[in-house]
Amino acid sequence: MGFLTGLFWLAAVIAGAMAAGWAFRTAVITVSPHGLAKEFRTMPLTAGFGLLMIAIYILVAVFAPAIAPFSETEIVGREYQPWDDVHLLGTDNLGRDMLSRLIYGARNTVGIAFATTALAFTLGSVLGLLAAVVGGWLDQLLSRAVDVLMAIPALIFALLLLTIVGTSVINMILVIAVIDATRVFRLARAVAMNIVVMDYVEAAKLRGEGLWRLITREILPNAMAPLVAEFGLRFCFVFLTISALSFLGLGIQPPTADWGSMVRDNATLISFGDITPLLPAGAIALLTVSVNFVVDWQLHRASGLRE
Amino acid sequence: MTDTNKEVLLSMKGLRIEGRADEEWTEIVKGIDLTLHKGEVLGLIGESGAGKSTIGLAAMGFARDGCRISGGEITFDGIDLRAASEPERRGLRGKRIAYVAQSAAASFNPAHKLIDQYAEAPVQHHVMSRSEAEHDAVELYRRMQLPYPEEIGFRYPHQVSGGQLQRAMTAMAMSCRPDLIIFDEPTTALDVTTQIEVLAAIRDIVEQFDTAAIYITHDLAVVAQMADRIKVLLRGEEVEEADTRTMLDAPTQDYTKSLWAVRSFTRPTQPPVEKGVTPVVSVRNVTAAYGTINVLKNISFDIHARRTVAVVGESGSGKSTAARVITGLLPPRRGEILFNGEALPPDYRKRTREQLRQAQMIYQMADTALNPKLKIRDLIGRPAQMYLGLQGKALTDRIKDLLSLIELEPNDYIDRVPSELSGGQKQRIGIARALAAEPQFIICDEVTSALDQLVAEGILKLLDRLQGEFDLAYMFITHDLATVRAIADEVVVMKEGLVVEAGPKLEVFQPPHDPYTELLLSSVPEMDPDWLTHLLEEREAGRAGADVEPAGH
Repeated sequence: MGFLTGLFWLAAVIAGAMAAGWAFRTAVITVSPHGLAKEFRTMPLTAGFGLLMIAIYILVAVFAPAIAPFSETEIVGREYQPWDDVHLLGTDNLGRDMLSRLIYGARNTVGIAFATTALAFTLGSVLGLLAAVVGGWLDQLLSRAVDVLMAIPALIFALLLLTIVGTSVINMILVIAVIDATRVFRLARAVAMNIVVMDYVEAAKLRGEGLWRLITREILPNAMAPLVAEFGLRFCFVFLTISALSFLGLGIQPPTADWGSMVRDNATLISFGDITPLLPAGAIALLTVSVNFVVDWQLHRASGLRE
Repeated sequence: MTDTNKEVLLSMKGLRIEGRADEEWTEIVKGIDLTLHKGEVLGLIGESGAGKSTIGLAAMGFARDGCRISGGEITFDGIDLRAASEPERRGLRGKRIAYVAQSAAASFNPAHKLIDQYAEAPVQHHVMSRSEAEHDAVELYRRMQLPYPEEIGFRYPHQVSGGQLQRAMTAMAMSCRPDLIIFDEPTTALDVTTQIEVLAAIRDIVEQFDTAAIYITHDLAVVAQMADRIKVLLRGEEVEEADTRTMLDAPTQDYTKSLWAVRSFTRPTQPPVEKGVTPVVSVRNVTAAYGTINVLKNISFDIHARRTVAVVGESGSGKSTAARVITGLLPPRRGEILFNGEALPPDYRKRTREQLRQAQMIYQMADTALNPKLKIRDLIGRPAQMYLGLQGKALTDRIKDLLSLIELEPNDYIDRVPSELSGGQKQRIGIARALAAEPQFIICDEVTSALDQLVAEGILKLLDRLQGEFDLAYMFITHDLATVRAIADEVVVMKEGLVVEAGPKLEVFQPPHDPYTELLLSSVPEMDPDWLTHLLEEREAGRAGADVEPAGH
């Protein structure tokens, strides 16, 4: 019986999610201008759901102080209070309101992940495009340096570097950005390599165009699709790395709310059959899945696949 | 040659095929009737987008991804292909109906030896055992006149030349002795000299085994050699169908007549260049190499203002390399390039902006030569902005002038991106981009070879008109001698990095020829259905360049 109920709930959740995706897509199509509406019409329901979820996360992150019933760090009750009318999701190991921390966590975790990914992308794609266009010794130098960095497993390397430079938010952003930039570099270089040999790039070179214009006008627009798709994926990885580091105690430091460390702090509750510590983990999973839905759609569009 | 008493092998009635584009189904084949008798060769001819290949595939009961057969009947030897189950159809394919694709290089699996791929179909269909198939392969390779038939099967696809690969492909299609073979542009990607060998081999083998064939091509002269009957298609509809001879001598429809007339454009003969005039571009004793292999060996030629020099040769003869040396992409090992009498720096990076402006290039594939993300306004406007410093309204006016020059309506096209243009229109944009720099000299690298004949004709006329208006000098790289006849003033024949013959068009095209020029000239198919037969007889008798090996063998 329990299995069947579980199955029913699963089906209901999927149906609900798809319905939400459909409603969101219809709404977006009606409000956006003509050109954009045409793009959205090709959007599958999964991507619609993903976009809706991302939008909700962003709203929550931006308006956290307005939404959260209590402050992020204030102790408002006893430890591990169960769910009730005042503390909708109970309290954590120090007696702080769980729901409020979950909401503030969106701001910290998502914000830092976005900053890190953006930095990794700027660094990785600029260097990757440069290596592909200039070639020769610059390409060799950058590629070999990247090879060396990539030879060490990412998480261990991050732990190592953070132990050396000390834990702070800025340091963490820089370390993860550098490590992830190596992956972006390889993709950007590979994509640009295929574009550099096109006749239009040759024509631009023969016209006497400078390096900057060559990269920004001729190559980058044509490399955009795979890079955007990679951005989504990379965002998920960075997100997971931050949560993992926080779980290990080297990431975002207390008392700042962060989903990774929230799982760790409240882990003991799991032995009592309470699902509260799984909520931050669920928030991470939902965002990751949502981003991937959108990325899939973009990849599909970029590669020109049909059906 | 048509024998209507013979049994009907394949018939299509009211065939309709739809293709999916932008979430909608549009009809691409609109009710075609087709009857093919046993042992008969039917030529399907038309421009790109006429639906030739789609019909060819439909003869196997197959539709490409994103296409569906939406109406009509296809009957092959009494079997209704539309009603047949997929396993049934699969049983026919390769065994009773075979397919030879345009690019043999792309159709062979590069990881397996030729003979392994040959044996695949007969073994799969239980026609022969593996050892029988191998034995049979050697026999067919011999009949296809492949060199070393005993050993060639044990090579990988990249180890044999393009023409040999295409013949091996035809032999492979023959392996199960099918009743019907579909040839989809089998010689389009080949040089003229190689094309002859493949055509002769295909014709022989089809006759020997009395196989029926559908021969798809856009080249009229080729189809005239191969087919008993010709069907002309236009945008998925039949224009007319008749015996080859009737069709060539007396086409009834206007469209067919216009196809036939395409090769009529000829540029009037120009007076010879006066002595002592400095040529615009002068290639002096240039030797150039990729790595250690010399691709150009001490070549020299001049190009004068208002003159077109056609550089002709097979693939691998070094004609494109010559263009790369002139533009500075490949600095030569020895020799120099003079521009109006002054030596240009060998590397394009060392040339001044003015020197770069004076020499422009138009590419073969307009698809890859135009940045797909830029609007026409930016594509054409950039050279004008960069070299001539035009801005704002002056720039827009200049772009509109250029668009009118290439016969495109300025306001309609200025804000489009290349994907919203047809092949011929893209090539016109390529021309406009070259003109925008106001150069003295333009290199045209196979500019018409990717285009349909009617469209190519328009491009050649446009280039000719622009030359007169702007006193341009052209270097016209091509392997198509019909194009050379149409547009050139002077011809440079190249083979394996050497200039074999050079001079005014009339001189090069009149005997006595260099033997290689003779071979090239005699290999250009003519619209006479007996041309191939006569040529082969002549070569047998030891004339018409018989003793010259084509380049790349």
